[in-house]
Amino acid sequence: MTRTTTRPLLELAAITKTYQVKQGLFAKAKPLNALGGVSLCLHKKDVLGLVGESGCGKSTLAKILLGLEAPTAGKVLVDGKEIDPRERRHLARRLQPIFQDPYSSLNPRKSIEDIIALPLVVHDIGDSASRSQAVARMLDLVGLPARVRRGYPNQLSGGQRQRVAIARALIMKPEIVVCDEPTSALDVSVQAQILNLLGDLREELGLTYFFISHNLAVVEHLATRVAVMYLGQIVEEAAAAALFANPRHPYTKALLESVLTPDPCLSVPDTHLGASYPNPISPPSGCRFHPRCAQVRDICKTTPPPRIGNEGGHVDCHLYSGAAAH
Amino acid sequence: MSDPILSVRNLTIDIPMSQNTMHAVRGISFDLKRGETLCIVGESGSGKSLTSLAIMGLLSKKLQRAATRLDFAGIDLMSQKLRQMRDLRGNRMAMIFQEPMTSLNPAYTIGDQLAEAYLLHRKATRVQARMRAIELLGKVGITAAENRLSQYPHQLSGGLRQRVMIAMALMCEPELIIADEPTTALDVTIQAQILRLLADLQREMNMAMILVTHDLGVVARVADKVAVMYAGEVVEQGTAKEIFGHPRHPYTRGLLRCIPVPGRSKPGEHLGSIPGMVPSLVGRVKGCAFRARCDVAEEACTAAIPERRMESGHAWRCIHQAAERLSP
Ligand SMILES: Nc1ncnc2c1ncn2[C@@H]1O[C@H](COP(=O)(O)OP(=O)(O)O)[C@@H](O)[C@H]1O
Ligand SMILES: Nc1ncnc2c1ncn2[C@@H]1O[C@H](COP(=O)(O)OP(=O)(O)O)[C@@H](O)[C@H]1O
Ligand SMILES: [Mg+2]
Ligand SMILES: [Mg+2]
Repeated sequence: MTRTTTRPLLELAAITKTYQVKQGLFAKAKPLNALGGVSLCLHKKDVLGLVGESGCGKSTLAKILLGLEAPTAGKVLVDGKEIDPRERRHLARRLQPIFQDPYSSLNPRKSIEDIIALPLVVHDIGDSASRSQAVARMLDLVGLPARVRRGYPNQLSGGQRQRVAIARALIMKPEIVVCDEPTSALDVSVQAQILNLLGDLREELGLTYFFISHNLAVVEHLATRVAVMYLGQIVEEAAAAALFANPRHPYTKALLESVLTPDPCLSVPDTHLGASYPNPISPPSGCRFHPRCAQVRDICKTTPPPRIGNEGGHVDCHLYSGAAAH
Repeated sequence: MSDPILSVRNLTIDIPMSQNTMHAVRGISFDLKRGETLCIVGESGSGKSLTSLAIMGLLSKKLQRAATRLDFAGIDLMSQKLRQMRDLRGNRMAMIFQEPMTSLNPAYTIGDQLAEAYLLHRKATRVQARMRAIELLGKVGITAAENRLSQYPHQLSGGLRQRVMIAMALMCEPELIIADEPTTALDVTIQAQILRLLADLQREMNMAMILVTHDLGVVARVADKVAVMYAGEVVEQGTAKEIFGHPRHPYTRGLLRCIPVPGRSKPGEHLGSIPGMVPSLVGRVKGCAFRARCDVAEEACTAAIPERRMESGHAWRCIHQAAERLSP
């Protein structure tokens, strides 16, 4: 495959993020490692799906990508060059976000036209006539009628609002769109429309997506690659088809088992994930997944798992290292 | 054949507005037996929560409820006084809400809240209520139950809070339980655990359950019977096998085509979609509410819609009799 030979469009190198959190009024702040050394690559026209339970660090990673948060350590590289945090302007031309909640992410007092044109104004691109033309093109692109431009967010349905958010993201002609749960707040019929739109736009404009979702069926539908996150670490990464056909990490398996496909002949599966999600302030020793793992061994409790690479991916698990295989 | 424990006929809910009336629920009918699970599925705003609240007698006063029949275990709920409804709720019928934080009181311990209904309805002593609370917490899979009793809701994770809510609803062994989107705010992993738990407890206690959800995957896995709601009406109902295997109503068919299904929908290809929007239910609503979005709509859809019914009980509201007339 060409993956290894071409330079990735976007690269995350050993990103860590530590928050200081207080657990009580008088308690001393404790470090919370939201991200513990995340490395990921995104090639042009990839759709990298990032999955994992809530609180595992998906949104934190998205914010770091977008330059909205600074990593505690590690680098973000675009076209092989490290981006300077002071060059936010430059970054915005290449990377744009679409967030989950189309209700809170649009300013209710601004007209739809103003909302979509805002990035152009902020970055001082074009004059009012050319901005107005650009807005018209974007509305057409995302399938909204031209008349909504004078309207306000509260006059639109959830699906229409998400189209506005997509138009706002695309007006900067970005190469990469960071989608954080873009359809999670939508009804299934509207979700289908937005997923179809995102798929069409990718073909039409050659876009690359960093796509966060807790819905694995949606990720399977859209993603070309999938990364599975647990407590701030990527535990498995693979091509989407390979990961869904042959999940390797016990956590990936449990996640896939918990997808409820609409099959009335099946009942609710037992995921064997006994214990609940751990507190990131005091993560478990060894492999962080070991207290919930159905295949746990002694070594998992004491020693962090090795990274086992294969063509186009990796899994971090003792089960696949030669030493523990016996 | 046992009698239904819940029998609903022509339930309507009107919401008075300044100028006009919104017909939020428009003539719903269904039966539910002990040990059966009915899933009410539909998109947001279709009237699922209002229907649940109407059965529990929890609608706000300004909403108008009407029905030709609303019977629970032989009791006519329409004629029950407030006090009589309070005797039933939390006792013989109980409800679980989507967001436990809105129904758990942040100022009281888990133990106090669990005990409340039991003390009220069972005239039990504090010690008995405490024993029962520990028993129920154990049943819903909460370890170290004794220690949890003195904790406050905010000290628990979302999954644990939902388990506490379930324990609370089951304290008095209700005959009917209504769960309104009980797992929607939870991770898929926790969702599976909670749904298994609910299904197991329901079987064990032989309860009737109404599970409200917008998730067709949940419906398929949990339901005996399914009612598909659209714009305040049940447009189709039947067994889960019928609804998923032979959906008749164009809306049900559309909904099933919208969801990506691993192994069935092709990655990257277009999903089916339902164009257009739900119509306004303010003022008089005529004909089929789905017709503006339906690809087999005809002139006749503006008039009254007959209910089609098969021997099995599978029923749908559409002018089209034969399934062949509908697009696949
Ligand atoms: N600003 C913040 N301050 C302190 N902790 C935070 C902050 N943002 C996120 N966290 C913590 O970091 C972890 C990861 O959060 P997040 O990235 O939002 O997860 P996800 O998007 O996967 O649900 C969580 O434990 C969360 O509580
Ligand atoms: N207390 C209320 N006052 C006014 N309108 C309401 C009230 N409760 C619900 N509605 C409206 O009734 C319709 C049905 O609501 P609901 O039963 O909550 O839908 P669902 O649970 O299917 O999403 C919606 O359009 C909603 O806005
Ligand atoms: Mg998030
Ligand atoms: Mg509801």
